[in-house]
Amino acid sequence: MNESLSGFIHTLLGSLRDLAPIILVIGFFQLVILQQPINNLPEIAFGLFLVVLGLTFFIYGLEMGLFPIGEGMAEALAKKGSLPWLMTFSFLLGFGTTVAEPALILVSSEAAEVAAAGGMIGNSEEEKQGYANGLRFTVAFSVGLAILVGVIRILKGWPIQYLIIGGYLGVVVMTLFAPDEIIGLAYDAGGVTTSTVTVPLVTALGVGLASSIRGRNPMTDGFGLIAFASLTPMIFVMGYGMFI
Amino acid sequence: MGFLAEFQHSLIATAGDMLPIVGIIFGFQLAVIRRRIPNLKRVLIGFFYVLLGLSLFLMGLEQAIFPLGEQMATQLSDPKFILDGLGRSIDQLRWSDYYWVYLFAFLIGFSTTIAEPSLLAVALKAEGVSGGTVAANGLRIAVALGVAVGITLGAFRIVSGIPLYYFIVTGYLIVMIQTYFAPKFIIALAYDSGGVTTSTVTVPLVAALGLGLATSVPGRSAMLDGFGLIAFASLLPIIAVLGYVQLSEWMAQRSAAADEL
Repeated sequence: MNESLSGFIHTLLGSLRDLAPIILVIGFFQLVILQQPINNLPEIAFGLFLVVLGLTFFIYGLEMGLFPIGEGMAEALAKKGSLPWLMTFSFLLGFGTTVAEPALILVSSEAAEVAAAGGMIGNSEEEKQGYANGLRFTVAFSVGLAILVGVIRILKGWPIQYLIIGGYLGVVVMTLFAPDEIIGLAYDAGGVTTSTVTVPLVTALGVGLASSIRGRNPMTDGFGLIAFASLTPMIFVMGYGMFI
Repeated sequence: MGFLAEFQHSLIATAGDMLPIVGIIFGFQLAVIRRRIPNLKRVLIGFFYVLLGLSLFLMGLEQAIFPLGEQMATQLSDPKFILDGLGRSIDQLRWSDYYWVYLFAFLIGFSTTIAEPSLLAVALKAEGVSGGTVAANGLRIAVALGVAVGITLGAFRIVSGIPLYYFIVTGYLIVMIQTYFAPKFIIALAYDSGGVTTSTVTVPLVAALGLGLATSVPGRSAMLDGFGLIAFASLLPIIAVLGYVQLSEWMAQRSAAADEL
């Protein structure tokens, strides 16, 4: 019990340290440059406290539960050598971690607000929810596909730059056809998908695979899954914008 | 709504969101790998903590970070604040008058990225895998500088109203040229560092900054101009990491050449 308590405090200090520069920057601007008091200070202070506490529990829980089991599974599947299962797992891992991504949930509901305000969809709560969910599932599907393609690349040993440059060309072509309103959002969706839950799990999968296949170098072949995961959502979200 | 009701609401919503990944992991573990999960109790407690943490985190974001970011973006880009002491009218505002916005964008980009836990995880892994050729801290600073410059450029784009894809397509071209000249071992990692940077903390703050700026700068619409900052934050680190390795290689070659003389 003592050990887990000290682990918790360690994580708590870690999240405080991670968030301190951000709070410093905001505080400096608010007090020195803007010279304005912060509205609803008690509410915001309480919210910041919740963020620190939440981040602590989240990271502590990731290290206790999600990481060990995720890394163990990547290794076990690579050793087992069953291609269909490995591919199913890759797709589902990309899909599952992205659907649960808090940053994506936030950005897609913001996007629904903006789309409703801009008259692209109706202003009812239901329509906004539908738009946000559609966006989320589109992005999650495209990330699943990306991880799948990335895993095939590791297995085959294809050089990454041809695939990525091909993907960029796809983005440029889609940009020409997609409605203007969706472009900024689509470009953002690429960056949004890959954060705290996805990155360590997916990196563990890639490096684990590249290390266990003969002839693959974990440095040149193991990385790159995240790059695919940030590329495909741009193409798919522009597609979503064209069809809705 | 009281705190408990709000917390309950957030908890139920988060549980629904986490269900797929939990289902995938346990489904594969039981049906495909068919091995008992080591430390099952510990793992379950870990999942519960993730659920609890995510719920609290999202609540806190909604209560503090989002309103704060939006409020600051609005205040910093408020014509009244910008015009203060300039002695010009609102029609004569130039892009260079928004210097505080750019400084804020730079600092918030740098500080959130240096603090990013998943970047640290990838940097440590890269240092281990490359046998120390890629230093973890060098990589982190290169990525953070990339994000900082990227968000600053993105803010400039919103203020100036230049279409997003000009920048992004130019950025892609630079990446392609750099890829051609960069050493092979860094390419995959550099591409990855673009996606790693934009974390759970960065995204809401930066998205709020973009939407706030686009709402308050005259002539911009939130839908057309508000998004796109994160795209810059995922593109510039690729250029920065490729550049960092090219620069350190060039310097190594130069000192090697100097040694020979």
